[in-house]
Amino acid sequence: MFDIVAFIPRAVVQGIPLLFGCVGETITEKSGNLNLGTPGIMYVGGICGVIGAFLYEQKAGAHMIGFLAIAIPILCCLIGSLLMGLIYCFLTVTLRANQNVTGLAMTTFGVGIGNFFGGSLIKLSGADVPSIALSKTHAFISATLPFAKKLGWFGKIFLSYGFLAYAAIAMAIIAAIMLKKTRAGLNLRAIGESPATADAAGISVIRYKYIVTCMGAMIAGLGGLYYVMDFASGVWSNDAFGDRGWLAIALVIFTIWRPNIAIFASILFGGLCILHMFIPTGTNLAVKELYKGIPYLVTIIVLIITSLRNKRENQPPGSLGLSYFREDR
Amino acid sequence: MDNKTPVLQLRNITKRFGDITANEKVDLDVYKGEILALLGENGSGKTTLMNMISGIYFPDEGEILVNGRQVAISKPEDAFELGIGMIHQHFKLVDVLTATENIILGLKEKGGLDLKNAAKKIRQICDTYGFEIDPAQKIYNMSVSQKQTVEIVKVLYRNADILILDEPTAVLTPQETEKLFQVLRNMKRDGKSVIIITHKMNEVLEISDRVAILRKGRYICDMETKNANVQELTDAMVGHSVTLNIDRPEPLDPKPRILVEHLTVKSQDGVTKLNDISFEARSGEILGIAGIAGSGQKELLEAIAGLQPAENGHVYFVEDNGEKEDLIGMDPLKIAAKGVSLSFVPEDRLGMGLVGNMDLAENMMLRSFRRGKSVFTDRKYPYDLAEHVVKELDVNTPSIATPVRKLSGGNVQKVLVGREISSAPMVLLTAYAVRGLDINSSYTIYDLINRQKKNGVAVVYVGEDLDVLLELCDRILVLCDGKVSGLVDGKNAVKNEVGLMMTKVGGGAANV
Repeated sequence: MFDIVAFIPRAVVQGIPLLFGCVGETITEKSGNLNLGTPGIMYVGGICGVIGAFLYEQKAGAHMIGFLAIAIPILCCLIGSLLMGLIYCFLTVTLRANQNVTGLAMTTFGVGIGNFFGGSLIKLSGADVPSIALSKTHAFISATLPFAKKLGWFGKIFLSYGFLAYAAIAMAIIAAIMLKKTRAGLNLRAIGESPATADAAGISVIRYKYIVTCMGAMIAGLGGLYYVMDFASGVWSNDAFGDRGWLAIALVIFTIWRPNIAIFASILFGGLCILHMFIPTGTNLAVKELYKGIPYLVTIIVLIITSLRNKRENQPPGSLGLSYFREDR
Repeated sequence: MDNKTPVLQLRNITKRFGDITANEKVDLDVYKGEILALLGENGSGKTTLMNMISGIYFPDEGEILVNGRQVAISKPEDAFELGIGMIHQHFKLVDVLTATENIILGLKEKGGLDLKNAAKKIRQICDTYGFEIDPAQKIYNMSVSQKQTVEIVKVLYRNADILILDEPTAVLTPQETEKLFQVLRNMKRDGKSVIIITHKMNEVLEISDRVAILRKGRYICDMETKNANVQELTDAMVGHSVTLNIDRPEPLDPKPRILVEHLTVKSQDGVTKLNDISFEARSGEILGIAGIAGSGQKELLEAIAGLQPAENGHVYFVEDNGEKEDLIGMDPLKIAAKGVSLSFVPEDRLGMGLVGNMDLAENMMLRSFRRGKSVFTDRKYPYDLAEHVVKELDVNTPSIATPVRKLSGGNVQKVLVGREISSAPMVLLTAYAVRGLDINSSYTIYDLINRQKKNGVAVVYVGEDLDVLLELCDRILVLCDGKVSGLVDGKNAVKNEVGLMMTKVGGGAANV
């Protein structure tokens, strides 16, 4: 029998890192920047959080203060991903480098940074397994409401997550409202569609691109942090984050650039990712492996359907991937 | 006339792009409540000058005064604040947004995003000046004329007192142009100043109060419109005397060349673009095709050239000896080999036929790369051809190795048309060959087309300017909504009748 009450929370925790990445990438793409560096940024976000938490745990020893235990990793994570966002913006917006090349380079770079510092920390901590465990910080970050456990299936499905998970959903909702209902959102959509138009209308294209892309990078970075500190119980091991960053980018297309859809889509993706663990035992291992490809398959199908329907609102932002120069002729 | 107040004064404005000087020491005054026409050949720096007033470019030298006060317009916002608004030739609209969203885009009004209130204000503006738009309509669902209206309302919404229109009539039908001019007159009455860039002399004379002329980036002179005439204006613009007659030599021994019978073409989404079209194009004759933009002109030419599958009907290529061969279903390459040549100048001029990032010689090669037997391309022939076209058509380019994208619009067109003509076709299909070209370059193109006609080529000329169609073509086929609305003789056609046929099949019984 398929255990839905056990399945949903696991799908959600799988989905939350994707949701962070997807929301960050969506607003970035809405500004016309195709940031393929997102997987790398999520790595950097994760490792920076780990470094912060590691240093604080070493320093404070047994007397950890809850606020600092949460704030320091988050702050480190935000700074790290902000730096990555700034590098990306400087290269693509100011120097107008090719976005695809820059993004891919940033991903390679980010993964390398993560593994380099991850490896160093593992050496420093002198652990005998190739990973570093920050269980105290994990305890603080993944703390749930005290009465959640008493509420049975309801508590399990809705209240069994750390605060970062709710923050991700809140951010998706805020991003959706921002895009749809505010002046800044309107300006942003215009920039992504046609920067020359936005520019002629007196919107500062460069400033918007910088701010939104950096915000997007920070949100995506939190996804990396959530993965290590909450999902993986504070255990960093190199390359464990895997290709979740790419899934997040696929998710952006899947959600046709709508953060509100991303909430459900990320949980759906999370579910699809772990579906192979819930199929009846005894199934052929090779078949199990095939299940892992479902999220990508679904993305391709959605792509086909949206391009068949050919509705203009569902297409990628018009100037996605192109750099903008006002005096270009 | 001495008590006119200048609202905008340009003094000594110079702008350079690298080695190219687009504007040099330009002085220009614009007065309150007047319509000023800005004339000049392609590449004479009109648009660059206007872009500096609207904050797209920043002048290298010189100063701008608005209402007597010196100002620096370094970004479009500055221009809005000074009450200057520009309607660009290529509309600056976001397709997936509604009219309202486009109009309020970038505004820093107080309070949140209030689309309802904005729509109300837009309706008010529309009522004042006589526009018709639906604020909630998406831009991609709009006609060119509607988009232009949105652009104008956008500028008025920002309380602009000085409006700049860059070739606003290039894409409008005569009726739409008349409507636009009425709106411009309403604005003038309202005390607003309008600067209009156009290549069409009759429009200059009709709408403007004063004409200012630029040549090669320099300011030449200005004159009161009522004292000016076409010849005088053209001479001032070009710098020497030009003859302004389009030849229409009698067709020599016309023989049927292309026979279109009951042609029906549907677009990919199943919309009927051409509905049961039949006509004949003859050698040594220019067949004009008139119609509102998007009436099926593009599909018709593409169907003949084999680029568009036909739902029904035939397109026969008739040899001199009367042998007929159906082109429908034939490979475009084979059709081209028969001597059917297509030069289509789309709205963005580049889109079809030329590759912006490639240089002149490489673009010539797009037609000739199959020549020669070795695996290596022959670079000599296209290079020579490019040189030939540049010399023959007086293309203004730094070198043959310049990417086409960097040339001004008129020069791009010369390259395209020049290449198509160079292949010595039997049938020349041209669409919008003079789109956006100044009067002098246009006449060069007409001349080229006429030369082809004399050589016995069957020319199909799709045009926008009815006056030209009436002067140039031997017969004119009028399309309306994908149907043949009428076929008139070029010599005896009346402009108004053709205009009516464009909007209604058969022209209707009214207004005859």
